[in-house]
Parts: sequence; structure tokens; C-alpha cells
Amino acid sequence: MINVRSVNLCFDHQTVARPVLQDISFQIPPYGSCAIIGPSGCGKTSLLFLLSGLLQPDSGEIVIAGTPNCGTILQNFGLFPWKTVYQNIGLGLVLQRKKKSFIQERVTRLLREMGLGGFEEHYPGQLSGGMQQRVALARALATEPEILFMDEPLSSLDALTRERLQNLILDVWQAKRITAVLVTHSIEEAVFLGRRIIVLSKRPGRILRIVDNPGAGEPDYRQSEYFFHQCGILRETLKGEENGQQT
Amino acid sequence: MGSKRDIFIAALILLGLWELSALLLDSIALPEPWLVVKDIGRKLADGSLLDDLAISAARALLGILLALTAAVPLGLAVGAEESLRRRISPFIYLLYPIPHVVLLPLIIILFGIGNFSKIFLIALVVFFQILVTTRDAAKDINRNYFYAMQTLGASRWQMYVHVIMPASIPKIMTAMRISVGTSVAILFFVESFATTRGLGYIIMDSWGRSDYVSLYTGIGSMAMLGFSFYLILDRIEKRLCRWTPS
Ligand SMILES: Nc1ncnc2c1ncn2[C@@H]1O[C@H](COP(=O)(O)OP(=O)(O)OP(=O)(O)O)[C@@H](O)[C@H]1O
Ligand SMILES: [Mg+2]
Repeated sequence: MINVRSVNLCFDHQTVARPVLQDISFQIPPYGSCAIIGPSGCGKTSLLFLLSGLLQPDSGEIVIAGTPNCGTILQNFGLFPWKTVYQNIGLGLVLQRKKKSFIQERVTRLLREMGLGGFEEHYPGQLSGGMQQRVALARALATEPEILFMDEPLSSLDALTRERLQNLILDVWQAKRITAVLVTHSIEEAVFLGRRIIVLSKRPGRILRIVDNPGAGEPDYRQSEYFFHQCGILRETLKGEENGQQT
Repeated sequence: MGSKRDIFIAALILLGLWELSALLLDSIALPEPWLVVKDIGRKLADGSLLDDLAISAARALLGILLALTAAVPLGLAVGAEESLRRRISPFIYLLYPIPHVVLLPLIIILFGIGNFSKIFLIALVVFFQILVTTRDAAKDINRNYFYAMQTLGASRWQMYVHVIMPASIPKIMTAMRISVGTSVAILFFVESFATTRGLGYIIMDSWGRSDYVSLYTGIGSMAMLGFSFYLILDRIEKRLCRWTPS
């Protein structure tokens, strides 16, 4: 259970504190999935940083039940260009000083699951965007997290690769019984993957709407009428925000 | 560095220009290159040049290594730790622009006139070049890499091993390349006193005897020495920086 209560965050901009997130409250149930969507610069990445503990809120609190092991995929730059695919995926385990044989077994399995077999000695700079995303996913999964935070993991991919990787994330979420939190720009992606969808306003980010979306998690959800209905709701909410109305 | 063929062609062009200048100037201070090449060949074959070459190489190499072992850890720490950077950078800015060779009298008083003083002076000059570059490299690392390490639960020491050090290596290699040029120049300076060995000594000694062919043999050997260092650096860089797009 992730519980976010009245969180506020400011960034200093030339010595003036400017609010980035205002009065954010929501919950994510265990083994749930949550999509965070909103206009560019509204504070999605900042919210994910707060959730994963990279930033502390100025007020309010974030409570995560237990002390779960978390995996995070950052927006861009997540991979280390000086490490091979194998070293990138195994890094979390190396940092935990796991045995070499243990790391090898785990990384080899992930390489196979992510369809990266044969690329272990490549460097990230030698891979396509979609493969880099899969390496980032594999690295986040290597430590077997109970919560997976993802910041636009599928941006800048072509439509087909994107759908394939959305299905992969769906598989991972269900097979490994984890809580998944996903930041995205894409309305369809939010509806396909998020059981709960948090819609943020323009900067400073406030919660415009929380959409419950129990259909998410079915591979053929994309074809259903309800899917389009949900996409319509999100589109209206975001469009209203663009026109300056408060929904 | 370019292919072997390109280097060979460049060397031929330089020799050609030299020959042309020698013919035009027609002065004993610039002998024709073939005389010098012949002299180098003869002295390499009979071994009389090898000693001086080896001694100069050792002095320069030890100087660079000494500087490297001190400058890289310090530069990484000063670049990566903001509090250190604030405290140490002013010292670097004040000390870096000094022409360090003027400290030679002090170094001789401290360490005598032996080899160590020579090596120390080379190290001192090269130290600042490597320090400044390494610090800037460590300072400019994209902070997303640190966030990524933090999400994987890295300690500060692990940040150094897995991010700060490897991210800085390409720039450190560039600093090393600049240091090779500098170290050979300082080599000439430190071998012009209190020694009877080394390429710098050969140059000064031949100059004194107005033996210009030997003088240029010394200069040519210094060029070869620097060039060998570059070759070695290229090898090392290829090993350490396989990930950079070349
Ligand atoms: N370290 C920082 N210092 C100061 N301001 C920051 C910092 N990081 C982000 N900001 C500002 O905070 C706001 C929110 O940034 P954030 O990266 O969270 O937005 P985002 O919704 O993820 O945007 P995008 O969709 O483009 O990724 C932006 O206006 C940004 O300029
Ligand atoms: Mg973002």
C-alpha cells in the first residue's frame, strides 16, 4: 500500500521557491498499478522521485507499508554507457555484493525473458531505443522489487514496439506480483496499464482527477469499448486543463 | 591517431620540409635530415643512444605516473564533492598559473640534484594539468547517473567505482596526452643541468660542442620518445574506453 498525503514540493528557482506539486493525495493498493499523466513540466518526474525516495516533500507525507524493495526506471539516461548490457542489468546485484554465480544466473534469465540474448557484451550506445528500454526494465527487475517505478519508459518508441513493450510490462506486473507505478504522456498507455490513473494539472501540479480503471490488466483491453470510453474521459480532462478551465 | 600509412606520409612530408629548409638556409645550425637519420641509426645500432633514451623515458614516465596517482584521486574527489570543490578550487586557481619550473631551486634544496628532483619537477607540472581536467570531468557528470545509482542502493564509494571514475576516464586520457607533450619539454629543461645522461644532456652537450648533427639526433630522439608514449596511450585508451563511439 502506497499512501500519499497532502504532499507539497517546491524547487528553488534563482533563490525564489516555486511550487511544483500542490496538495497531492492518493493511494495505490498492494499489487495495484497506477498511471500518472499530465502535461509536460507539470511535475510527474518530481512526483516519481518523491515516491521512490530520491526527493523529500516540503510538507505532507508518503507512507509505504513495510519497507519494500523498489526498482526504478528513470526518464532517459538510466543506463550507464560505460557498462555492457550484462553489467548494467547486474549492477544492482553487484552493489548488494551478491555471489557471481547468483548474478550470472539471474542476469541470464532476464536477458532471455526480455529477448536480449546475444547482446550481453554490447554497450547501450550500440542498441536501439526499444532494446535500451528493455535493458532498463531488466535492470530494475534484477533485484526482484516489490514496487516498480517507471518514468516514461516507452517514450520515443514507434507505435508497434511501444505496444509490444506495454504487453511486456503488463506480463511482468502480473507474473511477478508487484505494484507498478508508471509516468506517461500517452492517454492510451495510461488506460491500458493503470488500474488507477492520476491526472495532474499544468505546473504547479495539482490532482485534476483520479480515474479508477479496473479493466487494465487484460491484454485485449485495447479493443474494448470501455477502453475508448476511458480514453475519452482522460482526453476531456486534459483538454479542459489546456483551455484553462478547472475540471 | 590515424592509420600507420597516414603517420608515415606525415613523417615523409616533415622530412621533406626539413630538407628544403636546410637547403635554402644553408647553415650549419640546420643540417640535412639524412645526416641526422644516419647518425640516429648508427647510435641506435651501437647502443650509445639507447642508454640516454631509456633514462629520459624513465624520468618522464615516472614523473607522469607520480602525477597521475596524486592528481586523479584528488581531482575526482574535488570534482564530485561540492564541499571539497568550494574549499580546494581557489587553491588550484592560485597555484595552477604559476610557471612551476621556477621552483627548481627550491626542489634542488629539498631533494638534491639527483634523479628524484628531475622526476619531481616533471610530476609537479603535469600534476596540475591532470588535476584540473579530472576535476572538471568529475564535476560535469550528468546527475541522472547519480539518481540511477541511488535507486540501486549505491554507497558513496560505489558511486566512485561505477560512475565517477569511468565517466571521467575519457577526459583523463585527453589530459594524459597533453601531459606527454609537457613532460618531454620539461625533460629537456631538467636534463640540461647536473647530469651527463639523457636526451636533454645530449642536446645541451652537442650545442656546446657545436656538433649540430648530434644536436638534432637528440631532438629527433625526443620526438620518437613522445611518439612512443602516444602509441602506448592509444593502446590503453582503446582498452579502457571501448564504450565511447570512436
Ligand atoms: N532539480 C530541479 N531544480 C529546479 N527546478 C526543477 C528541478 N527539476 C525539475 N524542475 C522543474 O520542476 C518542474 C517539474 O519538472 P518535472 O521534471 O517533474 O516535470 P515532468 O512532468 O516530469 O515533465 P516531462 O513530462 O517533460 O518529463 C519543471 O518546471 C522543471 O523545470
Ligand atoms: Mg518527466
